[in-house]
Amino acid sequence: MIEIQNLTKYYGQIVGVKDLNFTVEKGEILGFLGPNGAGKSTTMNIITGYMPSTQGTVKVCGYDILEQPIEAKKRIGYLPEQPPVYMDMTVLDYLNFVSELKKVDKKIRKGQLDDIMEIVKITDVRKRLIKNLSKGYKQRVGLAQALIGKPEVLVLDEPTVGLDPKQIIEIRKLIKALGKEHTIILSSHILTEVSAVCERVVIIHKGEIAAIDTPENLSKNFGNMSKMSVTISGPKNSVVNSIKGIYGVKYIEPSAEKEKDVITYIIESDKDIDVRKPIFFAMAKAGYPIMELKSLGMTLEEIFLQVVTEEKEVG
Amino acid sequence: MRAVFWKEVKSYFYSPIAYVLIGMFTLISSIMFWPNLLSGYGEFNGNLGSMGYILIFLVPILTMRIIAEDRKNGTEVLLLTSPINLGGVVLGKYFAALSVFLMMILVSFIYPIILVIFGASITPQIVGGYAGLILLGASFISVGIFASSLTENQVIASIISFVALLIIWIADGIGGMVGGFTAKILYWFSLLSRYEDFNRGILSLSAVVYYLSFISVFLFVTIMIIERRRWSQR
Repeated sequence: MIEIQNLTKYYGQIVGVKDLNFTVEKGEILGFLGPNGAGKSTTMNIITGYMPSTQGTVKVCGYDILEQPIEAKKRIGYLPEQPPVYMDMTVLDYLNFVSELKKVDKKIRKGQLDDIMEIVKITDVRKRLIKNLSKGYKQRVGLAQALIGKPEVLVLDEPTVGLDPKQIIEIRKLIKALGKEHTIILSSHILTEVSAVCERVVIIHKGEIAAIDTPENLSKNFGNMSKMSVTISGPKNSVVNSIKGIYGVKYIEPSAEKEKDVITYIIESDKDIDVRKPIFFAMAKAGYPIMELKSLGMTLEEIFLQVVTEEKEVG
Repeated sequence: MRAVFWKEVKSYFYSPIAYVLIGMFTLISSIMFWPNLLSGYGEFNGNLGSMGYILIFLVPILTMRIIAEDRKNGTEVLLLTSPINLGGVVLGKYFAALSVFLMMILVSFIYPIILVIFGASITPQIVGGYAGLILLGASFISVGIFASSLTENQVIASIISFVALLIIWIADGIGGMVGGFTAKILYWFSLLSRYEDFNRGILSLSAVVYYLSFISVFLFVTIMIIERRRWSQR
């Protein structure tokens, strides 16, 4: 659906994004995650044809955004970071204007607008001037604008920024529902948002892709440690000492004592070495029963921080 | 293009700007028409000349927001990511500003009508003068739109177009003072000298072509400027 190859953008001497490569499949919700200034908006501006790239190609539904811009743009709905609304127009006038810009057939225009306003819940405010709407409603009008013409691809730049928690949940639900009919690229610097909504995540940092995977796989595979939590019944010091001696264990820390001498430990080990069996045998031999053992995936938050700090060390 | 045209026309009339401009134009040209009534003077082309002068002040206000505002409000993104040509966008905006200007002119038809009621007749000079005034205004608007594409600040856009129009207005005078080759060039490029021909009732095709080319060049450069900014954004 969307193919991005070697995408590079320089702002004068400064690198905006560098050598991005990824594809988005039909019907997928792809999350674009990165700290402020990582190049998320730049990438989105290039995908939607607002800004040309310095190098590389973007193809939307097979149409190159620079070579066949009109065909490609017909298939994209774009909500930029700042909703592109005219403050002195009413919601309905504005949406009618966008319908004309996107060349929606006159016969179906009214029906489509009614549907869209119903979906994003702005039917009640359709006769009001956009400048008098709250930030949340402006954002929805922006989203409605992106939906006009039923584009196959939706590009949403930080769609929940500036909204209150209730609105954020509503918009997220809405995006998930839209994902059934549209291919969506969504950017965010909020991790929970991406993991709640997206099927795949691109982590971008300083203009380069740091990781692409599903949120689950990212938390499973990322980093070079695997982490588990083990609850063992036995005296703390001797448990810690015997586990420390096991090959592959890098770090152990008691985290909670539920009953006397029943303690939960957080253990980190080399990613390639499975230390669960040695721990079991060691504890069995010492006579300390294991009450609970579960592996902990890293949260996106941790991955994110790790990606960012690793980059710093390299730089 | 049609979508942009109607949207811009509406926004001229939703905001007070169109009414203020048409009102100002009518007020000033009425004051200038007053002596005609008092003295029973039937000559109207002098009035048309001063209307051209008023345009130097009004056109910058008419055009200042037309592109600058889109940049400032971030609505430029909408226009540039919609499946339309940039040329269509600029033309739509141009014709919207032009139609507000034509409405001003339409209102001013009241003066020759008054003169006719008092027994004057519509001379070829008046018809020619109006044709020239419309072409002159249309050219001024293209300069204003060009100025509006240079900056996202409306005030600066209006100052740029005011200064540009003023230079156009005084170019002939400067040419007359310096003389020689410079004068020839200035006269050759002059918008006003051709306007004077119209005012004498001479409808020359070459002058019409000159005005239309002038407009096309400025609109084309406007499109180039917006394109160039997309490519060199920092």
